[in-house]
Amino acid sequence: MHELSIVTNIIEIAERETHKANARAVQKIELDIGVLSGIEMQAFDFAWEQAVPDTVLAKAGRKINRLAAIALCEDCRHRFEAESLYELCPRCEGINTKLLQGREMKVKSLELIFE
Amino acid sequence: MCSTCGCSTQGGVQFSTPSNIAKRELSFTTEDLHHHHSHTETVQLEEDILHKNNQLADENRRFFEANNILCFNLVSSPGSGKTSLLERTLLDLNDRHRFYVIEGDQQTMADADRIHATKVPVIQINTGQGCHLDSSMVARATKSLKLQNNSILFIENVGNLVCPAMFDLGEKKRVVIISVTEGEDKPLKYPDMFAGSDICIINKIDLLPYVNFNVDKAKEYARRVNKNLHFICVSATRGDGMQDWYEMIESLL
Repeated sequence: MHELSIVTNIIEIAERETHKANARAVQKIELDIGVLSGIEMQAFDFAWEQAVPDTVLAKAGRKINRLAAIALCEDCRHRFEAESLYELCPRCEGINTKLLQGREMKVKSLELIFE
Repeated sequence: MCSTCGCSTQGGVQFSTPSNIAKRELSFTTEDLHHHHSHTETVQLEEDILHKNNQLADENRRFFEANNILCFNLVSSPGSGKTSLLERTLLDLNDRHRFYVIEGDQQTMADADRIHATKVPVIQINTGQGCHLDSSMVARATKSLKLQNNSILFIENVGNLVCPAMFDLGEKKRVVIISVTEGEDKPLKYPDMFAGSDICIINKIDLLPYVNFNVDKAKEYARRVNKNLHFICVSATRGDGMQDWYEMIESLL
């Protein structure tokens, strides 16, 4: 259940930015969460519901960009969509594959509300 | 257009920077004042959610390096033998090096008591409901241990093959431990932990004759996830392979 820590970190970032800008609350938050980031979305949603009341994110809309896992085979340079951290190259079956995208965990943007 | 109710604010407010309050007040139109509308503006952040943990982990790492403290983060599922491995290591090497231990568990002092019996300074972190240690807990524990220079610090993470994978503590090497009483497909089932580790200890090899565990298969699965993983096979209770582990530790000093 590290998802609660993740949500707590998001709240801290949102509180910091809201305070810094002298805003009232967050209208909308946009997150990048890669499909191989290790975040289980059901647990994430549950943690979110538990943690955001009484914070600047209490009424915030959420946009979550689920980034696909894109891997590159370092042997044959084939780019492909991966489903796990240990995917063999579908073209040459080599194990020297490198994940280019899919482990992101980012607060992309915050839309802040001002009085 | 006002993003709250859709009314027009033509000739009115253009919010560009959050700190520019003066501009915001000056450019209010009478229409805005009449409505008492709230307005919004977007801040582009692109900030890693674990940025704070990573930053503090880097601070821990710099502190360890500056004081010549070799730090290991031991991770595994519960029952793989992390504490037994530690006990044996401390008893065997205590006269050669100065050690410290940080114990992470949800509850109890049990592990700290076992380490304390080896006469190595130890601090127990009970995470309560928490499923992993983070870098701020380690920073606090490190302070109260009053680490001396030229020493070795073992952090025994909470027994959990999932959550601790995400949290850098500032260690030099992450050591994942699996035992032969678990399935050899653990690396494929919990790839994040194996992807983020440097050393993989396969423990309880004295039990190999009695269990259906193929060491080569386990290594192959783990290499699929992390081709740079270094393997050491040991029995912490009987002592097999421990010498390889000690050589590995001393090669990093």
